[in-house]
Amino acid sequence: MARTKSKRRQQLGQLVNYPLDWLEERSGLVGAVKYFLFRRVPHDTNWFHTLGSATLTAFIVQTVTGVILAFYYKPSPNEAYDSIQMITNDLTLGWLVRGMHRWGASVFIILLFLHMGRVFLFGAYKYPRELNWLLGVLLLALAMLEGFTGYLLPWDETAYWATVVGINLNATAPFAGPFLSDFLRGGQEIGTNTLSIFYSMHMLLIPGALIGLITLHLYLVIRLGVTSPPWSEDAAGDERDEVVTAKRGLVEPRPRGNGAGIDVRGRPDA
Amino acid sequence: MADELERPEHRESEPHLPSPTIWPFAFAGAVALILLGLIVSLTITAIGVVLAVVFGFLWIRDVTRDLRAEPEPVEAPPPVVVEEEEEAVEPERYTRSKFLEASTLGLGAAIGGIVTVPVLGFAVLPAFVDQDYPDIDLGALDNYPEGDWVIATFTSVPEDGPVSRRTAFVRNNGLRNQVPSFTIISNRCVHLGCPTQPQGPPGEPAEVQTTAVPVTLTPTQPSGFGCPCHGGAYDIEGNRTAGPPVRALDRYEYLIVNGSLVLGNPYSVSHVDGQGADATIYRYGEAVDPGVHVDGPEQILYPYIP
Repeated sequence: MARTKSKRRQQLGQLVNYPLDWLEERSGLVGAVKYFLFRRVPHDTNWFHTLGSATLTAFIVQTVTGVILAFYYKPSPNEAYDSIQMITNDLTLGWLVRGMHRWGASVFIILLFLHMGRVFLFGAYKYPRELNWLLGVLLLALAMLEGFTGYLLPWDETAYWATVVGINLNATAPFAGPFLSDFLRGGQEIGTNTLSIFYSMHMLLIPGALIGLITLHLYLVIRLGVTSPPWSEDAAGDERDEVVTAKRGLVEPRPRGNGAGIDVRGRPDA
Repeated sequence: MADELERPEHRESEPHLPSPTIWPFAFAGAVALILLGLIVSLTITAIGVVLAVVFGFLWIRDVTRDLRAEPEPVEAPPPVVVEEEEEAVEPERYTRSKFLEASTLGLGAAIGGIVTVPVLGFAVLPAFVDQDYPDIDLGALDNYPEGDWVIATFTSVPEDGPVSRRTAFVRNNGLRNQVPSFTIISNRCVHLGCPTQPQGPPGEPAEVQTTAVPVTLTPTQPSGFGCPCHGGAYDIEGNRTAGPPVRALDRYEYLIVNGSLVLGNPYSVSHVDGQGADATIYRYGEAVDPGVHVDGPEQILYPYIP
């Protein structure tokens, strides 16, 4: 009785899995996603470890709402303000999408700092994760640039004068300052080019760089694994020369490729 | 598993920590002294430089003590490079595949460069070349009664629309050596570029038609100029009297063309001595960004921009 049922279930399972198997055989993507989702982490990870994912989620929200806002936004000095008013007041749910993008920007930055604080206080920036910390600092700088360039786009008085002040602040940097400010303005004075330059940086240049760096950031997270909290009994920091195993609080080393093992610290096997 | 991971030779590659030293703190203090001196007095800067050199030397000496004390025989690195060279020397090792590899990379680099350089140039250069300010007709001289201030608001580039709207404060100083003299001050605050306001009651604005664009003229009797953003304050000649600005307000060159006042290029001013037509203006070549020092020791941090 049970046997026939399980056999039928088996057949059903094969049927359901067929598309996945098809994909897996031709791309290996299913295995890759499984590897990503079901990798081993220390047993005492906690909610603080979710701040990175939360930041990523905020970034995805910004990307999606930003793309939709770009459908209706007109980056020219004579139309920008009116198009923003149109998005907010006339378009169905426009107020919601613009609000999500506007408040989401702050949420993104706040989460970045919280994530950074978690990494710092947990000591997760230490060997072998220094590079990921540096990537994170770059990401923070780019996110701030996103905020700076996005602030001008509503093209109202606040946006205009805040950007004037912001650009002139850049101009006071030693040596590079005057060149930086001329570049940002697209000339000596704020004019018609300034808005296009800011718009292009805000929606093309910086997001592209952000996506690339986030990919690298995640790659390193997966490769190096997640740190235990500092109070963990499994803390691995003081046992550098001991054998690393999964129970020591780091991801279990897995052989890659043709068994050419690379352990969690990234050193090739001797 | 355990055997695979034990690597005794790893110890040698561990980072070598320098011995602890107190001198970085002293060095940082000296640097702070240098920066303080830039504001307060050059003497303090000089003392700071001397201290920084001394402490820097002591710091380096401390850090390199181990290295200097026991000069370990430097082990020659595994001759990887040498091997490559040997390979390159042997003629039969320079195979077709290597040639193709090199030429592919070279061609790719060349194509990449040919594409990238003009694109980068286009991205950056337009902001720096062909920079000039248009001359702006501010209307007949009759609109500027002698000795009175007038707020002139105009569109500097008509085709750009309101984004190019600018404001200048104009005072007719009367004749000097039989030549009309004007004081024309830009309203751009030289702290961070907010619009300054005349400190005094404005009169009735009047629109004046000129050859190019309408200009709005508002009479006023200011006691000075103030910036709403961060509290910068200037006297009637544009000299800084309070707040964060780093120099006097910028001024405009002017021409008299067919009985009209025509605005020329703006230029930056360190400070102004005297008043009105007899004022001595300490001018810096041309208009530089707000917040940029044009005198004092700070100016060396800013390159002259052609």
